[in-house]
Order: sequence, then structure tokens, then C-alpha cells
Amino acid sequence: MSDRLDVRRTAKLYLGGKFPRSESGRTYEVEAADGRFLANAALASRKDVRDAVGAARKAQPGWAGATAYNRGQVLYRVAEMLEGRRVQFAHELVDAEGCKPKEAAAQVDAAIDRWVWYAGWSDKFHQVDGGLNPVAGPYFNLSVPEPTGVVGAIAPQGSSLLGLVAVLAPIIVSGNTVVVVTSRERPLPAVSLGEVLATSDVPGGVVNILTGDAEELAPILAGHLDVNALDLTGCAGTDTTELEVLAAENVKRVVRPPAEEPSFEPVPAGPRRILAFCETKTVWHPKGT
Amino acid sequence: MMTDTTTTPVPDLVTPSWDYAPAPEARGIATIREHYGLFIGGEFVDPASDASFATISPSTEEHLAEVALADATDVDRAVAAARKAAKGWQKLSGAQRGKYLYRLARLLQERAREFAVLESIDNGKPIRETRDGDVPTAAAFLFYHAGWADKLDHAGLGPDPRPLGVAGQVIPWNFPLLMLSWKIAPALATGNTVVIKPAETTPLTALLFAELCQQADLPPGVVNIVTGAGETGAAIVAHDDVDKVAFTGSTAVGKAIQRELAGTRKRLTLELGGKAANIVYDDAPIDQAVEGIVDGIFFNQGHVCCAGSRLLVQESIHDEVVDRLKARLQTLRLGDPLDKNTDIGAINSAQQLERITTLTDTGEAEGAERWSPDCELPDQGFWFRPTVFTNVAQAARIATEEIFGPVLSVLTFRTPDEAVAKANNTAYGLSAGIWTDKGSRILWTADRLKAGVVWANTFNRFDPTSPFGGYKESGFGREGGRHGLAAYLAASDDVEVSR
Repeated sequence: MSDRLDVRRTAKLYLGGKFPRSESGRTYEVEAADGRFLANAALASRKDVRDAVGAARKAQPGWAGATAYNRGQVLYRVAEMLEGRRVQFAHELVDAEGCKPKEAAAQVDAAIDRWVWYAGWSDKFHQVDGGLNPVAGPYFNLSVPEPTGVVGAIAPQGSSLLGLVAVLAPIIVSGNTVVVVTSRERPLPAVSLGEVLATSDVPGGVVNILTGDAEELAPILAGHLDVNALDLTGCAGTDTTELEVLAAENVKRVVRPPAEEPSFEPVPAGPRRILAFCETKTVWHPKGT
Repeated sequence: MMTDTTTTPVPDLVTPSWDYAPAPEARGIATIREHYGLFIGGEFVDPASDASFATISPSTEEHLAEVALADATDVDRAVAAARKAAKGWQKLSGAQRGKYLYRLARLLQERAREFAVLESIDNGKPIRETRDGDVPTAAAFLFYHAGWADKLDHAGLGPDPRPLGVAGQVIPWNFPLLMLSWKIAPALATGNTVVIKPAETTPLTALLFAELCQQADLPPGVVNIVTGAGETGAAIVAHDDVDKVAFTGSTAVGKAIQRELAGTRKRLTLELGGKAANIVYDDAPIDQAVEGIVDGIFFNQGHVCCAGSRLLVQESIHDEVVDRLKARLQTLRLGDPLDKNTDIGAINSAQQLERITTLTDTGEAEGAERWSPDCELPDQGFWFRPTVFTNVAQAARIATEEIFGPVLSVLTFRTPDEAVAKANNTAYGLSAGIWTDKGSRILWTADRLKAGVVWANTFNRFDPTSPFGGYKESGFGREGGRHGLAAYLAASDDVEVSR
């Protein structure tokens, strides 16, 4: 046995492609399921939300403008990078969620496979959802789904990796960018996912990960006038009336929380979660000689 | 040898005077009753409070009828009727439900002229539009959705999607019958029952539609029509036993409804305001573009949420486009909505006329140049001349706020990037127009516009197969096409993605 001291990581935010500390200087203690000290995570603030939304807005046109094939390859690259870190993530899940190693490994595998599943949707959901409309007149008329813009998301509080991926991937695959608030008690797998994204050709600002307290940050995201949609999946079982009231100020699209946090293990039946963050655009043009 | 030096004047064929003899549509085809009750549970009933309000003709200010004013008790009764009917309606096969909708579509076609005349009288819009637009399109929406009723497995929500239950629907005064059809057709096809409130200034065609429901033997309670103003609408939205709310109207009211529904499980779709950019590039076919600009903003007196109210003209052709636009506007005929030659009808209400007047006054105050064609306004009724503002600043109120009247603001741009940036510089995102002969430029521009409907080399086209709805503060959800069905269905096999 070596008596070498391990080198511990400073857990930081992932914002605009960089890893800053919270501008507030605040941190909070993260404990393992068994009560051990794990890390001091950044406790993101109102200003971090503002900066993250700014980064997401800046990155959005470029990400939406990339080809669907390109976005698919980037999402697939995330899966490749995660695959190489399966052991690390399984350890983190055992610590964070207190599950058995076998269960943790299954969660990591499911998270990787979910990236692959959504990567494949990148250039397909348009055809599944959109198409030619047979209007009664001499017009070419086409409807296609397009990303809605910048999405604010609250990650599931329980499922700290698979749940996070199940929320993130469908938001970004269409060309949205996202600001996500992690599980408060289990933020470290999200911090590690940020490190994976940074090395996976995901352009900076496409995914912004804020560790901290959703109760503090969600109202800020919900009321932000440069956020187009709000995913409250992570608020499962809580009363989100206040958040939805704030969201109405600029008519945000809101995905409401389920009554309780679902198992994210089953592969979704279709691309509905992608489409929940898309707008249908319909284009008309006359036909003639 | 020519000795006579007098010459016969050559007629000016470019700007003729276009004098037309009156050509009024016969008014007698539409019967207006003195009093109207509420349509609840398949019959007309008196409201609990006996209160009523008047509906008038906006073109003459003539009193047309007294209409029941529904309060919360009446709304409760209507929702109860819809709830009671829901079970049986859902149990019917899709094919049966579809047949009722086909009946409604046919009945509306049979009585189309009656509806067109009544709509023009109650709303003030030209008979040309009600006859050729509102009524046939309303019938087409019913016919289209009838065919969906037994094909819902293909609606995109997986096998066997469920209806939501009772839909509460609140519609505006600008397309009274058409909006009723947009709301009722998808709701019924998907197995929902409805409580719908027409706007207080235009209730008559909805109440005539109630007669069609009776003629079609539609089961009682499947369609309930309650009349009233904002408070009646608010009672529908807030009712505990309403499962879904669909609203078309102003962004301010839409936001209030979204707040009201916060924290509930009620589903919501909103079709709100707009401030559409109509972009004219320097290579556009200018005569066609001018027709499109006119159609875009002066159709239906500009009472159109998707109206092309911001004209963005490439700088090099600004003067030419504005000159030709003015020449064209001189030929528009404003007046009696029932005259078949009328292009511009009456403003829908005194209140709306006041709003248009106030906003256009700010246009001048903020430094824009105002122009209207010479045309006489009738002595009675609510009227506003078609108005064009040039030299409009991007931040001016007339360039940012929805006027909902026949008022066009003209702005300029130099490059395609600037056109797109200016077009998207709005809180709204309902529609946009593009005029150019270059295909690649159309597609490039269309890709970048944050608008739910983009009309290229055309404007203000609608079709039941074509999804309609907005980005950003113009609302969410779509109406029409397969997409519109999702607003009234829940998937049975998927993790709930409720929006």
C-alpha cells in the first residue's frame, strides 16, 4: 500500500467553457451519502446565473447554426469521453447516491447510452415532427422544429448523473443552449460532467453548470427575461407556483415537474422531450412559373 | 391641315379615379334576434343574473342585439354541462366524432353567406373578406379536423393518446367565427368538450354557430357558448374543473392567464400579439411586394395579430417602394362593410379606435412622418384612414408596440444581416415576411427569423393543414395541422412532458 496523499480536485462551476469559482466567493460542503466530507462546491449566486445566461445567449446562434450532423457527432463525442471515465463516475455515484457499485455502474452506462440515443436524434426529429403541409392553394408550405433559444433547467435532485443527462441532452441536441442548476446535495457528478463536456467539442457556453441551491437560483432563472424556456423536472414533488408566475413575465415555455422524481432508466418513447424545447416554424412560398 | 388646337385629354390610366357604384350585399339573409341567451347543454338559457350587454354595428353604431352577460355562476353551469358531456363524447368512436364535425363543416358551408353577412355587420370587416376568407376557412378547419378524429394514433403522441377533458377557450374579436372554428375543431376531434367565450363586441356569429350545433344534433354540452367580457373569460380560466385553457388575444392578458395557471395541472396554449417585420430586399418584384405590404397590414383593418406592421425596406429602394405604396393606397375603398367593393371596413370598437389614435399620435410626437390617402370617412361608426409612417426610429412606440390597426411603420436596412437583426429586435415572434427574387436569400433569411410563420413573397395566408403560432411573447403551442392536436391531447405511454 502506498501512503501517498491523493490530489483532490477543487469543484468549480462550468460557465462559458471555463471553470470559474462563484463570483460571490461562496462555497458549501458536499458530503458523501455516508457523511464523509467530499468537497467544497461553489455556491452559485445571482450574478453567476446572469453570467451563465449571457454565455448561453452568446453561444446559441453558433450552436444552432452548426449542422445537425455536427451536433450529433458532438453529442456522440460526449459519450466517448464518458466511456473512458466510467470507473471515475461509478465511484462518484457510489459516494453521492450511496448506491451499490453495480448499480452505480449501470447508471453510468445508461447515461452514456442516453447521450448516444440523443446523438442519433440530432438529424432525425425534424423529419419525424415536421414536413410538408398540403395547403389548399398554389403554395409550398413547410413546418420544421427549431430550437427555442436559451433554456434554464433544474437538474433532478436524486439522480445526479443519469437524471442530469436525461434533462440536458434533449435540450441541447436541437441547438438550444442551457443553464442548469445541479442537485444541491449531489453536485459532484455534474462537476465532472462539465469536465467531460469541455473536452468533447461542445462549444463553450452551450452547457453552463451551476452548483448550488435550486431554491435560491431557480427563481432567478425563472424570472430572467433572456431565458426562453424553463425545465422544472428537477423540482419534482415541489410547489413551483412562484417559478411559473415568474416565467410568465416573458411567456417562457415551461416543462412542469413530475409529481415525484421518475426513474430515468427507461429510454423515452420518442423525441417529445426534444420537441418540448422547440418551436414549429412554418414557411410559405407561392408556386408559379 | 389641323386647325383645331383643342385636344382631348388623355385619360390617366396609371392613377385612375376608380369610381364605383354601391354594390351592397343583401342584409336580409341574416336574422338578428333582439335577445340572446347563453348556449349551455345544447339549448339557449337565461343567465343567472339576467344581466346583458349590447352588441352594436361598428360601421353605423346601430344597436344590434342584447346579449346575456355570463357571470361565474353561469360559467360554472357551462363547465358542469361540458363535464357531463365529456364522458359520452370520449366514449364515441373517433369515426362518430368525426362525422359530427363533418356535419358542422357542411352546415356552415350551406349557410356561409348568412354567416358572412352577420360577421360583417357585427365586426365591421368587409364582406369580401368574410365571404372569401373568414367563413370558408372556418368551414375548412372543421372539415380538416373531422378527418383527424379517428386517426389520433398518428398525432405524434404515441398510440391511444387521451383527451384532456374540458377545454376553456377565450377568443378575440378580429376573426370571431374563424377563431371559434380554430378552437372548437381540434378540441372536439380529440375528444374534449368545450366552454368557449366569444369577444364581447362580436358575439353574434358564435351564437349563430350554436344553431348549427343544434342542427347537427351534436350531443348537448359538447359545445357551450358563454358570452361576456373579461370577467367571464377570467371565470372560465380560473374554473377548477377546466383541464385546458386556450386563449387568443393580447400578450398582457396571455401573461395574466399564464400566471393564473401557475402551479396547476391545467394545460395552456397562447396565441398572442405580434409586431411582424415585412422585409423587402432590393431585388424584390416591387409590384408584388406592394400588394403584399397592403395585404399584410391593411387586411382586416390591421386587426390581425400576425399583421406585417413593420416594413423593413432595403435603403436603395425605399423611395420607390414608398411612392408606389402610397399610389396603391389611394385606390383602396373605405366604407360600408357590406359593399362588395369595400377594401377597408370599420374599426371594431370605439375603444380600439381610441387606442389606434393614441398610438399614432405618439408616432408623430416621436418624430416620424405621417401620411394617409385622401378618403372620406363616414359620419357614423368607427373609422381610421390607412396610415403610413416613414422615418420611424427602431425604438419608437409605433415600431415596438402592437397597434392592431391600419398603421404601417417603415424602417430601412442596408445588409441582410441588418434586416434580420432589426426583424428579430422585438419581444414578439409570431410572423414575418420576406420579399426577394433570390431563393437562397429567402431560405437564409427564413432560417434566421425568430417567427412561427414566415411568408416569403406572399403574406397573411392561412390553412387548416398549416401550423400557426408564435415564438417568444407571441405565445406557445400551435393551431392547425398535426401539430395543433398536441394542444388537446396527453400521451398515454411516455413520461409526462407537460408544457
